[in-house]
Amino acid sequence: MTPTLEVRFLSRALRIFAVTLAALAVMTNGKPAQAETSGPNVSHFTLANGLEVVVVPDHRVPVVTHMIWYKIGSADEPPGKSGIAHFLEHLMFKGTAKNPAGRFSQTLATIGGQENAFTSTDYTAFFQRVAREHLPMVMAFEADRMTGLVLSDANVLPERDVVLEEYNMRVANSPEARLGEQMTSALYLNHPYAKPVIGWRHEIEKLTSEDALAFYRRFYTPNNAVVVIAGDVTLEDVKPLAEKTYGAVKRRSEPGLRVRPQEPEPTAIRQVTLADPRVGQPSLQRSYLAPCYQTAKPGEAEALDVLASVLGSGSTSRLYRILVAEQGVATNAGAYYSGASLDPTRFGVFASPQPNVSLPQIEAALDAVLTEIADKGITPEELTRAKTRMVADAVYAQDNQATLARWYGTALTTGSTVESVLGWPDRIRAVSADAVRDAARTWLQKQRSVTGYLVKDWPKNEAPKNPEKHS
Amino acid sequence: MTVGLLVLRRLLFPGTMALAVALAFVTTSRASTAVERVVTPSGIEAWLVREPSVPLIALDFAFRGGANQDPQDRPGVATMTAALLDEGAGDVDAKTYHERLENKAIELGFEADRDHFSGSVRTLVENTDEAFDLLKLALTAPRFDSEAVERIRGQLLSNLRHQATSPNEIANREWWATAFAGHPYGRPVAGTVESVSAISADELRAYTRRVFARDMLKVAIVGNIDAARASEIVERVFAGLPAHAELAPVAAAAPQGLGRRIAINLDVPQSVVVIGGAGIPRKDPDFIAAFIVNHILGGGSFSSRLYREVRETRGLAYSVYSSLVPLSHAALFMGGTATRADRANQTLDVLEKEIRRLAETGPTEEELTKAKSFLKGSFGLRFDTSTKIAAQLVQIQLDDLGIDYIDRRNGLIEAVSLGDVRRVAKRLLDGGLLVTVVGRPQQGLASKSDGG
Repeated sequence: MTPTLEVRFLSRALRIFAVTLAALAVMTNGKPAQAETSGPNVSHFTLANGLEVVVVPDHRVPVVTHMIWYKIGSADEPPGKSGIAHFLEHLMFKGTAKNPAGRFSQTLATIGGQENAFTSTDYTAFFQRVAREHLPMVMAFEADRMTGLVLSDANVLPERDVVLEEYNMRVANSPEARLGEQMTSALYLNHPYAKPVIGWRHEIEKLTSEDALAFYRRFYTPNNAVVVIAGDVTLEDVKPLAEKTYGAVKRRSEPGLRVRPQEPEPTAIRQVTLADPRVGQPSLQRSYLAPCYQTAKPGEAEALDVLASVLGSGSTSRLYRILVAEQGVATNAGAYYSGASLDPTRFGVFASPQPNVSLPQIEAALDAVLTEIADKGITPEELTRAKTRMVADAVYAQDNQATLARWYGTALTTGSTVESVLGWPDRIRAVSADAVRDAARTWLQKQRSVTGYLVKDWPKNEAPKNPEKHS
Repeated sequence: MTVGLLVLRRLLFPGTMALAVALAFVTTSRASTAVERVVTPSGIEAWLVREPSVPLIALDFAFRGGANQDPQDRPGVATMTAALLDEGAGDVDAKTYHERLENKAIELGFEADRDHFSGSVRTLVENTDEAFDLLKLALTAPRFDSEAVERIRGQLLSNLRHQATSPNEIANREWWATAFAGHPYGRPVAGTVESVSAISADELRAYTRRVFARDMLKVAIVGNIDAARASEIVERVFAGLPAHAELAPVAAAAPQGLGRRIAINLDVPQSVVVIGGAGIPRKDPDFIAAFIVNHILGGGSFSSRLYREVRETRGLAYSVYSSLVPLSHAALFMGGTATRADRANQTLDVLEKEIRRLAETGPTEEELTKAKSFLKGSFGLRFDTSTKIAAQLVQIQLDDLGIDYIDRRNGLIEAVSLGDVRRVAKRLLDGGLLVTVVGRPQQGLASKSDGG
């Protein structure tokens, strides 16, 4: 949207699904990882009210990234209220009894702080990036809005319109995103991951202040939150501050265990097609239901991470090399896996065909690559390359305090631990070629998957009689 | 988790802002952020920041002359060159080149914008030699093998087909094509289906020979190395390039069509609005005041006037912003938003009214104080990673602000008076706007054919 949008060609980044995959890419950063030797000296502690605090020192510049993560996401919403987790995230900026609307943001705007917030299926997070001396102030503001939120129709209703415009921008205006919604819903037969994080439009339209406050009172409580502070601070700095600010917030509810309806064993190959006259470049996506770090057997999620890298990360990957470079049937192809979730996740593959190639043809070519990897496994060179890349990612992450804060926040709100994050590079190093082949055999079975076709025109005789407008 | 999109409260627009803002620095002066000037034996200047605590090296560079050097009938040459530069060089074919990068987890990227061709490398310290050997090969001996050219052409065409029906893309292309008709800035940076289909390997080679030269080069390097080692690396990578570029002259230009509203019909639920007018050049004495004015109007915080009036109070849009875009040969003020079709007129009216109001009455004393405080205080956030520091140091060099700019910059902000911002608000915002709107047709918006 910026007028000076530039195309950037990273050596490994494939561009075609920029819109959908950009969001996913952020999430894959959630994979637990950290450098093994010279990494930051991470520490953590828990306050008496149950709030967990993680401290990630980075003393290069006098700046801190302060994040609070609530263990609450779209998968925890009551039926019929899809989008309430995200709507509440927006409403958290509407002020409290002590700090009326705008004061927190105005204060940040005055000191030169950055702020934002985001919602996913398993968590809702808020962050500020400020000069280190302002840390006590942002902690006090954030502790205050954990329980002090005040809402009125005067600020709730315009904000609902804002969210509907966000929906328009992210989903309604984007054929890729609309296909993605349908695929996710087709993949999950029983689990609430089937719902879009932003919500179904017809339900967002009806969300109210009362819905938001009920959700808020139940889930925004210190025993349901993790604070991550990365930057120019030490454990000794943070501990008394945390006691004084967050420590003074009483636990006000017991959200309970996060037990969601689980998926039955998938047994059918699913195919969805979405046509939109604006599709200039057809594409294929496929999602397989796969275990996450939380539900996988030891080593299995790590093997899936390596598999995604070998199969579909960058120009040396199988899918790119075979479909794009050797056969020339695709303009782009790749794979991804993001194991940082509370419940089973998905393993994705995608391809965009050359103009003279049909989607069934590209699907057949894709299937041949997947079959080969399940049958014959991967080479030692492929294994080494993937591991090198993934372990290096953990080192590169040390350059960015915000990235590190995000890794720990994601891990701790999806059932993982600081120790598990620290041990991730070693567990990646331990993955064997056989484990990768077995992961492909076990999890990349077509009856576990949904395949999506994005096309310009409906197949013959299948055009809807009353095409629906999407707003 | 993986299954959904990540939903942010607000989109940020770092790309545009970086161009304009780029220039702050941590107020606390620390050894690790002190900038050293390094000059290599062949006379190449590079700026170095030593950073001992992270085991990586980040190098950024840029040549002046980006897409504005595309041949007139071949927009997209710079972009295509950027996409092909890591697809084989010297005696290393594309496959091997990528394998060598991947084997050492070296991150290498190239990009072209309107005025620059730039690149960045990130490597673990132990792989320094391999990383910079590969970069040198790419810059001095790119192969442009026909296999790679056709493969990347296919990808670029696929992107262009994809973008051809994107309302954002259409609104932006139309804005630039109208504002800079007949000027290199009017041509799309990524090219068109027609031009990208026609670009030859010879044209790509010719571009690299004309543009990749030492006199157009700016380099910054950040990492756990000393000046001698930095000099050795920079010399090794860049000394083999020609001393002088052969850039085609680009005329200074001002945006045309101010006062027009162009509506383009597209059946999407949300209309996309792009606005823009004349800005203030980076070297103009009023630039810093203009930068403050823009921050107050629609810059990067949750407290700007546009954010408050368009989003917070009326719920008209999720995203609304404005920015200064000081290009090398034109200075622009731009902005944008997106809103449902039946509110597009209302939203545009609010945008234009706020811009007019700020032009006429200027910022308040309180707004000025807060804006200065924000702009000074947010310095450090631009310099908290090696990668960001390298990018900022290249930008400061491209803007020709001097190695001491970092120390001077807060003083420049502080020196701006209420009289300055009131005068400059009028200068910046009173010149009329060209508006493009892409969405379902609405009464009151002229369509493209009858727009005047």
